[in-house]
Amino acid sequence: MITAGIDCGAKNTKSVIIKDGKIIGRGSVMTGFEQSEAVRASLDMALKDAGLSLHDLAHVGGTGSGAKAIKEADVTVNDIKAIAAAANFFFPTSRTVADVGAEEGRAAKLDEKGNVVDFAINEKCAAGAGAFIEAMARALETSLTEMGPMALSSDNAIPMNAQCTIFAESEVVGLIHAKTPRRDISKAIHDAMAGRIVSMIRRIGVNPDIVMLGGVAYNPGFVEALRRELGLDKVCIPEKPEFGAAVGAAVVAAKNGN
Amino acid sequence: MAEETKREYWRWEETNWVNPDIKWEDREFITVGIDVGSVSSQAVIMADGEFFAYGNMRTGSDSPDSARNALKFALAKTTLTEDKLHFCIGTGYGRVNVPMANRTVTEIACHARGANFMYGPEVRTVLDVGGQDIKAIRCDDKGKVTNFLMNDKCAAGTGRGMEVFADLLQVPIGEVGERSFQIDTEPAPVSSTCVVYAKSEATGLLRKGLKTNEVLAAYCSAMADRIYSLLERLGVEPGFAVTGGMAKNRGVIDRLKKKMGIEPLKTKWDTQLAGAAGAALFGHALCKKGKGRRK
Repeated sequence: MITAGIDCGAKNTKSVIIKDGKIIGRGSVMTGFEQSEAVRASLDMALKDAGLSLHDLAHVGGTGSGAKAIKEADVTVNDIKAIAAAANFFFPTSRTVADVGAEEGRAAKLDEKGNVVDFAINEKCAAGAGAFIEAMARALETSLTEMGPMALSSDNAIPMNAQCTIFAESEVVGLIHAKTPRRDISKAIHDAMAGRIVSMIRRIGVNPDIVMLGGVAYNPGFVEALRRELGLDKVCIPEKPEFGAAVGAAVVAAKNGN
Repeated sequence: MAEETKREYWRWEETNWVNPDIKWEDREFITVGIDVGSVSSQAVIMADGEFFAYGNMRTGSDSPDSARNALKFALAKTTLTEDKLHFCIGTGYGRVNVPMANRTVTEIACHARGANFMYGPEVRTVLDVGGQDIKAIRCDDKGKVTNFLMNDKCAAGTGRGMEVFADLLQVPIGEVGERSFQIDTEPAPVSSTCVVYAKSEATGLLRKGLKTNEVLAAYCSAMADRIYSLLERLGVEPGFAVTGGMAKNRGVIDRLKKKMGIEPLKTKWDTQLAGAAGAALFGHALCKKGKGRRK
């Protein structure tokens, strides 16, 4: 069976095509203002990648903050269910999954079948999402891709006092004025954010095989800070982690579509 | 740093003033209260418990300097010098860094005391919307605090949040209130939980074709929602006073007033002075008890 999963997020819209448990196509575009256009564009891109057309799809699963705009979907999958299914798809032994996106963060605890047992979600505060590191990169006048490696080069633990992204911007400017090395500031930023995600994960319980999904998983500074905060040897990250929720939606569509 | 624009839209006017009818030489106690906030600093000089002079300016990166500058600014229009001051109390976020202070008092106590003086003894609920926090305070007829709630973790609902919006929409901060009412229909509020979310929603609204004034209205409305939720938790008793810089923003306060159904009390004084005024009054009370310093 061939199914598609579409995740319409705050920043990007991602689509994947899955055939008999294998990913055969991916597409991602900026969500922008018109969500339905982004949905169509990302799906077309994924279909093209797989060499298929819309008629080849048995079912389409939709998820994400803009799930309502996914007219192509015949199965709507909630965010938590999607990330749990994705974690189970990539790492069947995993029992905890965290998904950190541009504006939201969520974590789910799952059983051996990938069913959700418990979950926690942050959609109230940007300090626990990718937007935090983006804003800090602007304050540090560096690019998002340089932030992570910069943090890894520091051994100094300086505390960040501000919780709020807006206040943290002022704090970073203050640290720059105080001539604090930029790598130390960058580490402080990643540590602060990891601390927030870990406290969310702890609410549902930490299990050894933790899976991380979402675009923030590309940031090595964040992943290392998260691993250290969790006290684990490693964090499991699939290839192209930003497609996590879309993969989950495609998996659920294959199971639940009729 | 992040959103650097050529004009600094957030920048509000710094002011100082002296009461020409008071001859300080004839007064028994000259006390000063210095409120070093995260965004603004004020020094209020009182002569026997009456407003004599004040200075209100932006806080710099260094707290001791901000305290010194605010005091210097307050003294600038007077013939008074620092050595003639009998007692100085520091308050606010940077109160431990007021070098000339004889002692410190929390800003919660000072705001209640100052509001009691500036708005009258009928004040029972004080809302202070400062640069980086919101405080809701309940007090008695003497201006003594009976309960309070505070948000100092998050920029939503604070002055800093409004500054970020003024910069984003390139509207001078003093015009935000008026312009937020120059609209045809009141738009739905943007996110009231997080300024970062509100910013991305606002950018979306602009792209959708909403006018700047309408987006301002959507944000002012979100701020009013956020402030209202704090007040609701504390419980509002009439005799409602709003202090701090946000009291000057009609866009937020008029919308808040409508939600609450309570008309805020008025004052002839600058609303940003409440904390420093309260501190100066505490100093005066101490001097009267003989605890002040005589020079």
